[in-house]
Amino acid sequence: MRPLLSNRWATLVLLVALVAAMPLAFPSSYYYRVAALVWISALAALGLNILMGYAGQVSLGHAGFFGIGAYAVAIGPARFALNSWLCIVLGALASGALAWLVGRPILRLRGHYFAIATLGFGVLVALVLTSESGWTGGPDGTAVARLTFAGARLTGAATWYWISGGLLILGAGLALNLEESPTGRALRALNDSEIAAALAGVDVARHKLWAFVIAAVYASVAGSALALFDGFITPDTAGFLHSIELVAMVVLGGMGSVIGSVVGAAMLVTLPQLLTVFVEYEQLVLGLVVMLVLIFLRQGIVPSLRKVLARGFP
Amino acid sequence: MTILAVEEVGIRFGGVIALQAVGFSVDAGSIFSIIGPNGAGKTTLFNIISGIYKPDDGRILLAGEDVTELAPHRLAAKGLARTFQNLQIFFRLTTLENVMVGRHLREQRGFVRALLGLPSVSRQNRTTREKARELLAFVGLAEAADQPAISLPYGGLRRLEIARALAQEPRILLLDEPAAGCNPVETEAMEVLVRDIARQGITIVLVEHAMRFVMRISNRVLVLDGGRKLAEGSADEVRHNPTVAAAYLGRHGAGEAVRARG
Repeated sequence: MRPLLSNRWATLVLLVALVAAMPLAFPSSYYYRVAALVWISALAALGLNILMGYAGQVSLGHAGFFGIGAYAVAIGPARFALNSWLCIVLGALASGALAWLVGRPILRLRGHYFAIATLGFGVLVALVLTSESGWTGGPDGTAVARLTFAGARLTGAATWYWISGGLLILGAGLALNLEESPTGRALRALNDSEIAAALAGVDVARHKLWAFVIAAVYASVAGSALALFDGFITPDTAGFLHSIELVAMVVLGGMGSVIGSVVGAAMLVTLPQLLTVFVEYEQLVLGLVVMLVLIFLRQGIVPSLRKVLARGFP
Repeated sequence: MTILAVEEVGIRFGGVIALQAVGFSVDAGSIFSIIGPNGAGKTTLFNIISGIYKPDDGRILLAGEDVTELAPHRLAAKGLARTFQNLQIFFRLTTLENVMVGRHLREQRGFVRALLGLPSVSRQNRTTREKARELLAFVGLAEAADQPAISLPYGGLRRLEIARALAQEPRILLLDEPAAGCNPVETEAMEVLVRDIARQGITIVLVEHAMRFVMRISNRVLVLDGGRKLAEGSADEVRHNPTVAAAYLGRHGAGEAVRARG
């Protein structure tokens, strides 16, 4: 009777089981590292999915927010002796505020203005991070102080596997709550018809704006997590290529699907690792895989497979 | 009591005058129809009343309040709902969810409570879902509730739009060609539905081509032609108005009609 509600719990249970069970199959700590990277990317992709998959708006500069979160935990403790935990929050607040400022004038307009504005924003952030080397260490990057909790330094791939896995489950829970709420319905509705949504009373511009702010906060937290995990950060994390990767994760996995964002992130993080053997062809194979998926699974991996399964077992 | 007043409204697109000095008023609780040949400006007029276009001249008053400059979502909050000739369905949502979106303004909203998934959100979802199911039953789509909206046949989509609009509990409902593309049986069923809605006290403004349908149910009829008001009156008055006949049959045809009568 209530397919969406049961879906919500099924998705969450699946994710918890995945995070809990995967280490059983890990032969070395290298696998913990790759999996932690997947969870972190998936967290950013989940946020972007709220903007792209629900509200139908594409951000081409989302790595900018990822970079702000990453550099917040690098610069805050190093320059201002701030607590790293506080810096995660400050980075998220700054990202949310910037998204609000960038999005507010632009999201009133229809069409492709928003994608272009976010593209410009992302380029700008990467530029500042590269050129303000006095603060950021410039193109060579900068070291990040380790996170401590109850006196213990949080380092190592296994530790960060559990932290990032926990963050992902939290992020997925929030996104699933949103999906099945008046706000989530309004977002998904305006994606199909802005005019009909507006005449049903939905403040379209405001909903898009808040979807953007939430997506920015997700990316920022993911960026902070990556910086604290690696202990080192470069401006590439905020670069255009990373923005495109995040968009590709959402599209590949399937727009509007929480599990899809995770699958998309898993593909784009693990494929380059698998392809290190043919380093020269890595980009080529990656591009080919993306093309093939979008040709044969046009709605993205998860929604397409779900459709096939639904047809198989009616 | 007048619920909707359109005062000397005009709009131009580029150099083309789409509407010029169109004015009328709609009594609360009545069925008011707008007819006219293709390109007469009927849908343009609907788009102005529902806030999608801003007119170059004139005003729109809703229950006495000037709403000319209000955005569509603000008009919805004032009790206006509409359907669309070129269906505007939320195709990625289920039939039920489409109607649930219509409850938007009747629900407690906000991103924070939505993200946290408070128990009050689930309770509210249940109430909204029940209300939406009732409305789907009212328009005859109860069985399709959990299907994706895209799977509905054309006539079903028209009814779905009406259910979604009714979910808003509007004071005034604009129906843009609800019988377009319907066969005679479906048109008759639509007529029954529109009457049922009017009986609930909801004012209905109707744009429609199915002339018999219009003439049977309307309290008043406005005839548009070439962006101007050609005639207004009861169904009978309009039917026997020679200028209206001319607009529909063409000048030549009207001449013949006169000759035939003489």
